[in-house]
Amino acid sequence: MKATPSQTVGPFYGYALPFPGGGDLAPLNDGGGITVHGYVYDGAGDPVPDALLEFWQADPSGDLSGAPGSLRRDPVTGAVIGRHGLDFTGFGRVPTDADGRYALRTLMPGNGYISVCVFARGLLHHLYTRIYFGQDAFLDGLPAHRRETLVAVAEREGFYRFDIHLQGEKETVFLDFG
Amino acid sequence: MTPPLTQADIDGEIADLHKDCDGQEANHPPRDFAPYRSSVLRHPKQPLIMVKEPEAVELTGPVFGVTDVTALDADLTKQHAGEPLGERITVQGRVLDRAGRPVRGQLVEVWQANASGRYPHQRDDHPAPLDPNFTGVGRCLTDDEGRYSFTTIKPGAYPWRNHVNAWRPAHIHFSVFGAAFTQRLVTQMYFPNDPLFAYDPVLQSVTDERARQRLVAAYEHDLSVPEWSLGYRWDIVLDGPAATWMEEGR
Ligand SMILES: [Fe+2]
Repeated sequence: MKATPSQTVGPFYGYALPFPGGGDLAPLNDGGGITVHGYVYDGAGDPVPDALLEFWQADPSGDLSGAPGSLRRDPVTGAVIGRHGLDFTGFGRVPTDADGRYALRTLMPGNGYISVCVFARGLLHHLYTRIYFGQDAFLDGLPAHRRETLVAVAEREGFYRFDIHLQGEKETVFLDFG
Repeated sequence: MTPPLTQADIDGEIADLHKDCDGQEANHPPRDFAPYRSSVLRHPKQPLIMVKEPEAVELTGPVFGVTDVTALDADLTKQHAGEPLGERITVQGRVLDRAGRPVRGQLVEVWQANASGRYPHQRDDHPAPLDPNFTGVGRCLTDDEGRYSFTTIKPGAYPWRNHVNAWRPAHIHFSVFGAAFTQRLVTQMYFPNDPLFAYDPVLQSVTDERARQRLVAAYEHDLSVPEWSLGYRWDIVLDGPAATWMEEGR
């Protein structure tokens, strides 16, 4: 069957899609949490304050089954009450703030990378990229000058910086799965 | 200073780009579509890198369950003390993968302007009234046949500043998850025979006329409820592959 076309997420998703705790994947009291943070930039090098990032990843053992409950709701009020902190849902959703910045608190994925889906005002069809934390055979297959756009920079213990450039000299490698 | 862009400028650019595509089949809009001015600095210029890994994380996807939605979330007319203003509608359809199989138990999210064409968002400063009885956000999980259903009101058209006298045709924003992260879709559903279609660079960014038609819901009289609401049907087909085990398991 022919696919339904994509359309931009537009400027007004902010009261609909983001939810409290959307970037807090790591279950409570679970050791070894990491923080990944950075900026989304446009082709002029300006930060993008109206992008929405989604993350999907394996748990530290490499398991990809995920779990429901990312946006668990209170059946009494309908409000988001957040993850219950027992399961690792593997899914995160973070809007960039007015500075074009995002932060994700999660666990190190067992198979080496976090998958990212980028939506933004002005972007007619979402983009996929990956956050790697070290060497990987997939990276070896990329041109050397572009490889580093997929590798998070370790800043200090447990903290990683990963910027996304939609366009320009430092343009991030984006992926197509066919 | 360059003079402000007129609708005629935009119409000319759209016509040229459509002519370049010359009826070619294309399911999705190109990310580089200058008549939609915000796309100019926000699309990659390098080609995407093809990934053909059977173990790719993206061939699986997030899961949602009954804790992620409440029953009231699918009725946008019941989220406040009073009834919202506007024409009450029901929107129903199925979510399928590109092999035509139902996408089951997955999350469908919607958001939309109120009947006057206003979003309750600080950045929407168009002088149309807010409706204290309408937020315009809903969600549901697809059932075993891949069906979703929302009760809402028909959103109004609204102006935006892409060019002088730019108006968006009435639309409902949809966010849909498939069996795999590769099947993720964010899109907009339109209403049949809207006179604004031809003027809208967002809809017209889909250069293939047949694909554009797939963004337009059908009025379906049998879906209308007597003395209550008008019915629209809109099926959604998700693009992208999924893990083999998952495809076989479904
Ligand atoms: Fe909209």
